[in-house]
Amino acid sequence: MFGHFSYIITVFLMVAGLFIIIARGNLIKKLVGLSIFQTSVYLLYIVPGKLVGGTAPIISPQYTVYSNPLPHVLILTAIVVGVATLALGLALAVRIREAYGTIEEDEILARDHVVVAASHEEPV
Amino acid sequence: MSLAQHLPALQVVLPLISAPLAVLLRRGAVAFAIVTAAAWTAFAIAIALWLQVAADGAISYHIGNWQPPWGIEYRIDRLNSFVLVLVSGIAAVVLPYSRASVEREIPRESHYLFYAMLGLCFTGLLGITITGDAFNLFVFLEISSLSTYVLIALGRDRRALTASYQYLIMGSIGATFIVIAIGLLYLMTGTLNLADMATKLAAIKSTRPVLAALAFFTVGVSLKAAIFPLHQWLPNAYTYAPSAVTALVAATATKVTLYALIRFYFTIFGESMVFKSLPLPEIMLVLSLFAMLVANFVAIFQTNLKRLFAYSSVGQIGYITLGLSFDSVHGLAASIMHLVNHGIAKGGIFLLIGAIVATLTTRQGMPPAPTFDRLAGLAKQMPLTCFGIVIGGFSLIGVPGTAGFITKWHLILAAIEKDQWWLVGAILISSLLAVTYVWRFVEVAYFRAPPAGSAPRGEATYALLIPAYVLIAATIWFGIDTSFTVDTALDAAQLLMHNSR
Repeated sequence: MFGHFSYIITVFLMVAGLFIIIARGNLIKKLVGLSIFQTSVYLLYIVPGKLVGGTAPIISPQYTVYSNPLPHVLILTAIVVGVATLALGLALAVRIREAYGTIEEDEILARDHVVVAASHEEPV
Repeated sequence: MSLAQHLPALQVVLPLISAPLAVLLRRGAVAFAIVTAAAWTAFAIAIALWLQVAADGAISYHIGNWQPPWGIEYRIDRLNSFVLVLVSGIAAVVLPYSRASVEREIPRESHYLFYAMLGLCFTGLLGITITGDAFNLFVFLEISSLSTYVLIALGRDRRALTASYQYLIMGSIGATFIVIAIGLLYLMTGTLNLADMATKLAAIKSTRPVLAALAFFTVGVSLKAAIFPLHQWLPNAYTYAPSAVTALVAATATKVTLYALIRFYFTIFGESMVFKSLPLPEIMLVLSLFAMLVANFVAIFQTNLKRLFAYSSVGQIGYITLGLSFDSVHGLAASIMHLVNHGIAKGGIFLLIGAIVATLTTRQGMPPAPTFDRLAGLAKQMPLTCFGIVIGGFSLIGVPGTAGFITKWHLILAAIEKDQWWLVGAILISSLLAVTYVWRFVEVAYFRAPPAGSAPRGEATYALLIPAYVLIAATIWFGIDTSFTVDTALDAAQLLMHNSR
């Protein structure tokens, strides 16, 4: 049970993030959920790469146990991707706020429907 | 080493460099010239690689001379050289077109950003296709996706923003699922090199983490490739994006993710694990049928021409997954050839719709949506454009003499080979649905009177028509001379099935 402690945390974060994305209608809160979801994957990679008592893989007579550096490198890349996604998502939220005056999903949908209904009433 | 040996790296590096150069130089015309030159060079390199692979077999290129499985390997075989030609070819056609189209659809000050994003987008797509490293594949996937979100948000309608946001959320979930799958595979095998991973997975095939990886990968790719029922982002994204972007994304983005699916199923997980021990072919078959019938049916009732063909794309992706579900050389070959056959037809159609939109746009005005009430009687004013759309539509239906027919023919052969005669009926019904939605366009454009009081409109400019007609002509060409598509697809399918365990 406790041997898999880190995986339980990872999966909890993963599911919590996904739940927020699906359950919340606020565009910013959705992005928060997406970030949590992506962060859980960082844990999934990094935790198995770390050994208790392990050091960075530098050859030295003092150390014999090394942590695997590759997952850390991969996750550095994934963090950059995550930051870019979040930045782009927030930028889109700002633009949506400017265009619609709201960042609530249901209100945005309602406003689009009003426009569609109005354009149908115009004589063609 | 001579330059020719570095073609695999140049294939990705040249478009990748063109994007920051376009941003640095800031002038719309200069940015356009740089990215277009990169796209054409990439197309030439892709053809050279295709010829080389056809003659001498697979190429393995070691980035920075680090030996695989430690370094990143680019691996080009029959399958991905074929997809490389598609992606770079579409990019080479869309870029010259985008100049005239972007003038009318995007504010002048952000032109250079548009070209930079276009460059990054096809860099990412080429990278996904060429790489032999699992994590590298994810990075390129995100490069192409993030630039696609930006490109879609550049549409002038405000719904482009919400479409882009929706795509960003669903696309990022899909990409994260793919990383989870790659992470699980890495945990189990300790390698990221696809070929090395495949040999190490053979011993631990049905352990639970590997099965979980398969599940995560399948769902992630289904989100990215808009496989029914995970296609919700696609209609809005295609409808509200700028015309040139719709054409590029519709013709390449979903195809490349489907390529990744084929690659992982057959090369990594192995055909026996995916198709023999799991009910995946049955699930895939049912979902493909739903896509072919439901999406094509929904397409009939659309009033916006772009949205109509967007739903038709979901249906056409159904043909590709149907071919996969057969788990035979013929079925797989039909899927692979449909990547190209559908890509060029749909690319041509969206380019021509873009030509209509550009012609209807007044100077500095908002580009109007191509709804059917605006298109009435259009064939008299824009005969070439409308005729091109009809030819492209024939390919979607599968009329003999067009590329679409070749795919349908091989799909039907594969179905008969499996003694699934009822599937022949299902393919015919979905073709009839395609006839119906193409006929809706024909009826409106050819037989209806133009709306009273509308200004007479001329034919689209040649800058828009010529690139579109290159793709439409390719649709006819590949319907008659099938040596490129069918031979490559059959070869690739045989190699995949043969090497798969």
